[in-house]
Amino acid sequence: MIEISDVSKSYGRTAVLRGCTAAVKRGEVVVVCGPSGSGKSTLIKCVNGLVPFDSGAIRVDGVSVGDKATDLPALRARIGMVFQNFELYPHMTALQNVSLAQIHVLKRSRTEADTKSRQLLARVGLADKLASRPDQLSGGQQQRVSIARALAMDPQAMLFDEPTSALDPEMVNEVLEVMQALALDGMTMMVVTHEMGFAQRVADRVLFMDGGEILEDTPKAAFFAHPSTDRARQFLAKVLSH
Amino acid sequence: MSSFDWGIIWREAPFLAHGMALSALLVVVATAGGLVLGVVLALMRQSSRSWLSVPAAGYVTVMRSLPLVLVLFWFYFLVPLALGRPVGALASALVAFVLFEAAFYCEIIRAGIASVRAGQTQAALATGMRQSQVFRLIVGPQALRAMVPLLLNQIIIVFQDTSLVYVVALRDFMTSASIVADRDGRPTEMYTIVAIVYFVICFSASKAVEIYQRVPAR
Repeated sequence: MIEISDVSKSYGRTAVLRGCTAAVKRGEVVVVCGPSGSGKSTLIKCVNGLVPFDSGAIRVDGVSVGDKATDLPALRARIGMVFQNFELYPHMTALQNVSLAQIHVLKRSRTEADTKSRQLLARVGLADKLASRPDQLSGGQQQRVSIARALAMDPQAMLFDEPTSALDPEMVNEVLEVMQALALDGMTMMVVTHEMGFAQRVADRVLFMDGGEILEDTPKAAFFAHPSTDRARQFLAKVLSH
Repeated sequence: MSSFDWGIIWREAPFLAHGMALSALLVVVATAGGLVLGVVLALMRQSSRSWLSVPAAGYVTVMRSLPLVLVLFWFYFLVPLALGRPVGALASALVAFVLFEAAFYCEIIRAGIASVRAGQTQAALATGMRQSQVFRLIVGPQALRAMVPLLLNQIIIVFQDTSLVYVVALRDFMTSASIVADRDGRPTEMYTIVAIVYFVICFSASKAVEIYQRVPAR
């Protein structure tokens, strides 16, 4: 579904991605972890072309992301993305946030889009918040709306860029539960996160990144039982001690 | 107190209204023309092509460094020279106001667009929207909302600045009142009414913005 081959990127002289190679198969959940500044967010934003890369190739469902001839908007419409800071549209209600791209990108009628949005908002536990604006919602609620917004496009895969990092601790679980339910439904997911509990419960494989490199690409059980690199071991020791 | 003659305000109302009409015309033309040209300048400044962005940046910097009175004078003498025939004080004042205000509107528009977080654009792009849709549906409306107070502030400044057209012998509201004050020796009455009128108009305008900002968007 997602194939990343030998992708590199630098900002000026700073290399942020060095020869990254990884793949996410259909229905698989891959967690990307690593210390801050390791290139995780850059890598996941390369997958839907939000951040251009310098060399290598990324193919999503057979379509080359870096190819100039690729219709990136059409490709992005098939991949959902959830951001660290939610990025709901503040001038619209929850319902409008979820309906907007359905209407303007998928060309659904407003009625059709709103029906779908209501179903999705109910699915993420926000059936009573349709008319609320983002500033009237808690962080956890906003992030659930943003998951519904991504799901409204009937995506073939979902990208999560640190979806719980900006949340107060008591709201982390409500978002992780929604993501876990998605994974159980068979959604293809690539998730950048520090939530190792989520990785242990849900992930098929774990990618460990440091210094712009993918140091480990290991099945979940093996990663947590005996990580093969020192840096992964140190990282796990730090994040698992809390 | 009997030495005051407040009736003069009513007697001179038509003359003052005439001045107010000129002030209003200047505000409307300066705002409409300045906004259109300001949008063009803002788009040029945002451009990655330096032959567009550099002249626009230069224009804005120069215009913002000059006092409006100078620009008024300049166009009063320059526009007839360029056209080879006299154009009159009003036309040259209108041109000067539009060209001067465009530089300020350009910066307000740029600030408005810059106030929308980059993440908003990324989120909209991630749902498959095209750049033009992102601007029309997400960035534009938020930028406009951020701009409204600044735009209104600028319009109030333009309104107050219309009094400068006396330098090219035009009679705006303030100048008209000043003429009556000098002619009839009634400065207290005339300048009091001028102050009240300016205050009422500018105060209601800023109240209107406050109300606008409290009402949630559509």
